[in-house]
Amino acid sequence: MRVIARLDVKNEFVIKGIHLEGLRKVGDPFQLAKAYYEAGIDEIVFNDAVASLYDRNNLFSVIRKASEEVFVPITIGGGLRSISDVEQALDSGADKVAINTAAVKDPSIIEKISARYGSQCVVASVQAKKTNNGWEAYIESGRETTGLNVEDWVMRLEELGAGELLLTSVDQEGTKSGFDVALVKAVNQTVNIPVLVSGGYGKPEHLNELFSQVIPSGICCASVLHYNIYDVNELKQHVLKSMKEYTNDEYCCS
Amino acid sequence: MTNIAVLDYGLGNVRSVRNALQAVGANAIVTREPEQIQESDGLIIPGVGSFPHGMECLNKYKLTPILHKYFSSDRPVLGICLGMQLLFDKGLEFSSTNGLGTIPGVVDRIPISQEEGRLPHISWSTIKKTRLGKDTIFFDLKDSELRFYFVHSYAAVGVDKTNISATVNYLGKEIVAAVQHNNIWGTQFHPEKSGPSGLHLLSNFVARCQ
Repeated sequence: MRVIARLDVKNEFVIKGIHLEGLRKVGDPFQLAKAYYEAGIDEIVFNDAVASLYDRNNLFSVIRKASEEVFVPITIGGGLRSISDVEQALDSGADKVAINTAAVKDPSIIEKISARYGSQCVVASVQAKKTNNGWEAYIESGRETTGLNVEDWVMRLEELGAGELLLTSVDQEGTKSGFDVALVKAVNQTVNIPVLVSGGYGKPEHLNELFSQVIPSGICCASVLHYNIYDVNELKQHVLKSMKEYTNDEYCCS
Repeated sequence: MTNIAVLDYGLGNVRSVRNALQAVGANAIVTREPEQIQESDGLIIPGVGSFPHGMECLNKYKLTPILHKYFSSDRPVLGICLGMQLLFDKGLEFSSTNGLGTIPGVVDRIPISQEEGRLPHISWSTIKKTRLGKDTIFFDLKDSELRFYFVHSYAAVGVDKTNISATVNYLGKEIVAAVQHNNIWGTQFHPEKSGPSGLHLLSNFVARCQ
């Protein structure tokens, strides 16, 4: 199980909102990434919170600086629209790219990145909101509907060559009130690639609620880290302790 | 300062490898120029992506003969992930593709069924040393430092035990995690992305190159 720090960045600041809205500044992206790395985080996801709305990509310079001092996998997402954006992201020092809006607009981008850089490089990012009969995929930081049913969409993303799924529950995001367990379970059963869960972690009981139903491949944390509710070590202890109650698998517990 | 050539054959994360080498005090030269490679004290072959594409890129830049010449010079070489896989006889991804043939073995899909678990194998996993000699690149790593970052769907099989220096357990299957053959090392995991443990391993490699 990987414990991942998620940094949503707007202009030069890491920001945090609720349901991806109402953003507050919480710090400098490079300094936070470095601090989480030094504290032992497994992976870092940088997400440009406004790039896909305004077609800007100013996160590359942050990645360039971070990759010189942060030696764990770095994923960049937000506003990557073309193969040349992806190339620039990887050249800046990112290991993987997270794609949401661009994939909804033209699914073949997933196929193209996967063919060129390998599936391990492509993280399909899915923002899910509950509906009456399941979940719908959203784009533009949870603002725009797509009409896509999440379970159908993730299956398609796997077929297209995505290597991982970053699954954000827009309903739970920023609330610290627990994961959308049913969503994680449905998606994890649908695909056979690793699923990273984002949105809702607030306290250790939330992990028990999740792991008793489904064991994903990674947990992304933002609020609890940015607001110093838990440090990286505490988070990892929570995950390990909770996991051990629900599985004996040596691999899952590593 | 030790000069380490990082082979740039158009595949993936050369920048990460360069940054990690610089963090441990080496001079990293990202290159595909035969002369720069020949003059270096040690060589790293990084790489992510598919086996056929990897060989295609090595051939495109006419690097295969240059690598063979380097391998026979007794200077240290480290292959990382795909860079390690290319050292074997052949890869079976998509179709059968000949590799560099430096270490006997074949690269095949990790034998995990859909029911057993998911691929790619992406995780931080603790390796098990199968060789303990001072000649391994992780000889002085403590048990707590043996946790590394893996990301792969293919792994080396049919490798002679004498060439395997570490394995990793993925869902009950023992997978080759590191190999060693004379002056040539290989890791399936990514030391450049494995935090302080990875940097420790890389600094051991750099020390070998002096």
